[in-house]
Amino acid sequence: MSGAFRTPVGGRIERGAQLRFTFDGATYFGCAGDTLASALLANGVHLVGRSFKYHRPRGILAAGAEEPNALVTVRRDAARSTPNLRATQVELYDGLSAESQNRWPSLAFDVGGINDRMPSSLLSAGFYYKTFMGPGQAWAKLYEPAIRRAAGLGRAPHLPDPDHYTQRHAHCDVLIVGGGGAGLAAALAASETGRRVILCDEQSELGGGLLSERSATIDGQSASGWATETAAQLAARPNVTVLPRTQAFGYYAQNFVALGERITEHLAAPLHNTPRERLWKVRAKHVILAAGAIERPLVFPDNDRPGIMLASATQTFANRYGVKAGSRAVVFAADATGFAVARDLHDNGVVIASIISPNPREALADAARTDGFTVHTSSVIIGSQGLRRVSGACIGTLEADGRVTAFATLPCDLIAMAGGWTPNVNLASQSRGTLRFDEARQIFVPGVAVQAQLSVGSCNGTFELAAALAEGARAGAAAIGETAARAFVIRGGTTAVGGMHGAVPHPFDARKVKAFVDFQNDVTAKDIQLAVQEGFHSIEHVKRYTTSGMATDQGKTSNMNALAIAAEALRRPIPQVGLTTFRAPYTPVTLGLFAGHARGLAFDPVRQTPTHAWAAANGAVFEDVGQWQRARYFPRAGETMHRAVARECRVVRSAVGLFDASTLGKIEVVGPDAAEFLNRLYTNAWSKLEVGRARYGLMLNEAGFIIDDGVIGRLADDRFHVTTTTGGAARVMAHMEDYVQTEFPELKVWLTSTTEQWATFAVQGPLARQVVAPLIEGIDIAAMPHMSLREGRICGVPVRLFRVSFTGELGFEINVPAGFGHAIWHSLWASGKAHGMAAYGTEAMHILRAEKGYIIIGQDTDGTVTPDDAGLGHRSQQTRFRRPAGYAAARPGCAGPQAVGWPADDRPDGRAR
Amino acid sequence: MLLIHCPYCKMARPELEFRYGGEAHVPRGTDPATTTDAQWAEFLYLRSNPKGLHVERWRHTHGCGRFFNAVRNTMSDAFLTTYKAGAPKPDVTQLSDEVLP
Repeated sequence: MSGAFRTPVGGRIERGAQLRFTFDGATYFGCAGDTLASALLANGVHLVGRSFKYHRPRGILAAGAEEPNALVTVRRDAARSTPNLRATQVELYDGLSAESQNRWPSLAFDVGGINDRMPSSLLSAGFYYKTFMGPGQAWAKLYEPAIRRAAGLGRAPHLPDPDHYTQRHAHCDVLIVGGGGAGLAAALAASETGRRVILCDEQSELGGGLLSERSATIDGQSASGWATETAAQLAARPNVTVLPRTQAFGYYAQNFVALGERITEHLAAPLHNTPRERLWKVRAKHVILAAGAIERPLVFPDNDRPGIMLASATQTFANRYGVKAGSRAVVFAADATGFAVARDLHDNGVVIASIISPNPREALADAARTDGFTVHTSSVIIGSQGLRRVSGACIGTLEADGRVTAFATLPCDLIAMAGGWTPNVNLASQSRGTLRFDEARQIFVPGVAVQAQLSVGSCNGTFELAAALAEGARAGAAAIGETAARAFVIRGGTTAVGGMHGAVPHPFDARKVKAFVDFQNDVTAKDIQLAVQEGFHSIEHVKRYTTSGMATDQGKTSNMNALAIAAEALRRPIPQVGLTTFRAPYTPVTLGLFAGHARGLAFDPVRQTPTHAWAAANGAVFEDVGQWQRARYFPRAGETMHRAVARECRVVRSAVGLFDASTLGKIEVVGPDAAEFLNRLYTNAWSKLEVGRARYGLMLNEAGFIIDDGVIGRLADDRFHVTTTTGGAARVMAHMEDYVQTEFPELKVWLTSTTEQWATFAVQGPLARQVVAPLIEGIDIAAMPHMSLREGRICGVPVRLFRVSFTGELGFEINVPAGFGHAIWHSLWASGKAHGMAAYGTEAMHILRAEKGYIIIGQDTDGTVTPDDAGLGHRSQQTRFRRPAGYAAARPGCAGPQAVGWPADDRPDGRAR
Repeated sequence: MLLIHCPYCKMARPELEFRYGGEAHVPRGTDPATTTDAQWAEFLYLRSNPKGLHVERWRHTHGCGRFFNAVRNTMSDAFLTTYKAGAPKPDVTQLSDEVLP
């Protein structure tokens, strides 16, 4: 048996397929087709959580994505543990293990519940801001951590996420969000002629509200039967992609809609190679929103006890899942839905103690009385009784003068609240369309769309089933340029009419009762009234001050009530107060979905030089420089970093060192105007640089601040070998391209990034010539002056040989095609052996450069250093066109820090002198 | 994610292929010696930052690599037009505020 509260027949569950699951360690049984929420209710479990601030016992309020209370952690193993899932959306599988949250030591006895008995002035709106002020860092260090522990949601696992997530792009003619009646009708019409259609729905089964419908028929079929058949029909069409378990959570510009598909969440044993979720990045020519509507709770004192639920939720649990949410119910029917729900509950074997209607007289009440129901008209619920489950509903009578008098207390274990329906305009609003306030029905509906998008069905305020289906069919046809309309024959069913906004009147001292508006963040009607009283008049401010609508449910059940209460307190009409902004995501999304495969090694490319393997084999310690991995130093056995670096520096100064500088950015600048182009980009003049000579270049931005430097050699009249810093390579290339294309389009110059094409090795030190010369062919190396370059061969391989010093010593920079880099390095290494050569890393290079006063861009500069600041003012020459360089030269820098050379400590212990 | 029409490739491509380049048609002075500090600061830092139509530079970095200009509505992110670098600034009052195909 899968629960004592299971109806004998009915529902869409598989009664034969019994599933075992645990909640807070206790074992229960449910059926295939259950959600965790329906299975818990079938077992009579209503208490499922403690509230955020007051730690009040909370039960299941809703049956879908809007659930604010029943947040659970579902745990598969230590690494696969997902907090804050709505139990109403968790599909049951055999072996499922769920835990409640925000309670200690247990759900039934929670120490934090003392918060609920504190004087009402404590923990009211803005409580955090008023109480936890100063001194100094007390908020960050003391208050906030303590509050976070006490007021909590679930905890994320500490282990890395072992699952993988995937992403894909999709293009379609029509995307339909929501597979309820209107969405199905739209999909049918849109896919008629073979256009590409995507239909997504967050539930496991298409049908939406039709799956909970008992009385209505569509074209002679039961509503749920029609939904099933239509879904099958759509699935069979090759041009239709049906995506169940897929939430459209974000609507961006140009009809770009993000869908999150849950692939393995409902499986007892997912295959390890199946992605857990898939992000669909859909670009649609037309979007049809059929997102449905959300029922509003009624804001009466103590409206949050377990067993007080949305009327439509009790109906869904009964009709769709075959679960009685209680044995004896009081239905608070502010709209027509309440009366229909009372009938459905009655038919499912729930005793209806009474139907409470705030309206004085209405046909529905008379009809219900005729059928034997007890109805209290002109009445409201003014309170509830019970500890961990509701045990009674306190009824009050609305007097003619507006007062409320207590009337009676009706014993019950279920209160069904039918406050009316709020169209789900979240995505329509995200798409930047306007919203319009329907004065007659007091609801916001989509106004003017700014993208190719239409809302249909109850999210558009079209609550009547026949009209919603027709509207869906019309929109589906229109999206593909057809006009064929289709009518549906509907019999039976209920249309949502009426409803209530804001706080329910009661006879008590308003300061002493808690009538909850936002269940998840524990915001009461009084909190919102207090916020207005304290001067918060913008709904956005009221929201942030009270935190109403700021929880993980983003106020799906609370925003309209909060708005109505604020509007009443402000004595302004609702549309003048306005809604808060809807933002993505509609429901919480895992970070894994956004990351996709871009994690670990695939997060960012790793770049290695041609000698990486050699360096690793020779004990190099690497450092990350941007995406590059560079050898930092080469410690010998037992050597500390300081000793290794000091030794490397000594070898360079006294003999010769070998350094891999391949990460340096390289750009080939070619063309008849190449020299003129460099004149304008660097601070110094290049026109007169002879072929075969090199010069240090300093690059500034428009503001005159140093952004890069490097040695530039002239290979021919029209060809320069430009080097940049390691980190600046891509930036400098983009900077140059910008000027070539947009500022100096008259110059004939062509740029090619050659960073990856050349391996660059620096041989530095007094013995450098002896190491390099034996390997070189075709270059008179002895005749090369300082700052010169020659082309020739090294070990038979083409080389661009620079005589240049990175470190102030005699030195050569050997550029060879990267593919030969590893081989040439080995030859240099062999050649250097006789001369006591050592490999050195970036750390020694920095020290050697600092000793000479050579700046390192990004370390000695921070984007606010001018050439004068860096002691390089003498290199800047003013010419007419040379800006940005010219500007800095024309305006000497302010007296900032000056770079000077400084001898570094070379004692082996590295201690200060 | 926006779709941006590259006037060189002559097709709409996803935003990920592009890099934003700031306001377009900001003229650069030519002679630093005759430029006042105020004029220079204005060139360096002051931009129109409108709510509405904005004429701006983009580069098709991961495509053809070319810089071009665009008119975008900063409220809806809708691109009204894109055109090659060097082409004159269009009369934005003549552009209808519709998304490019």
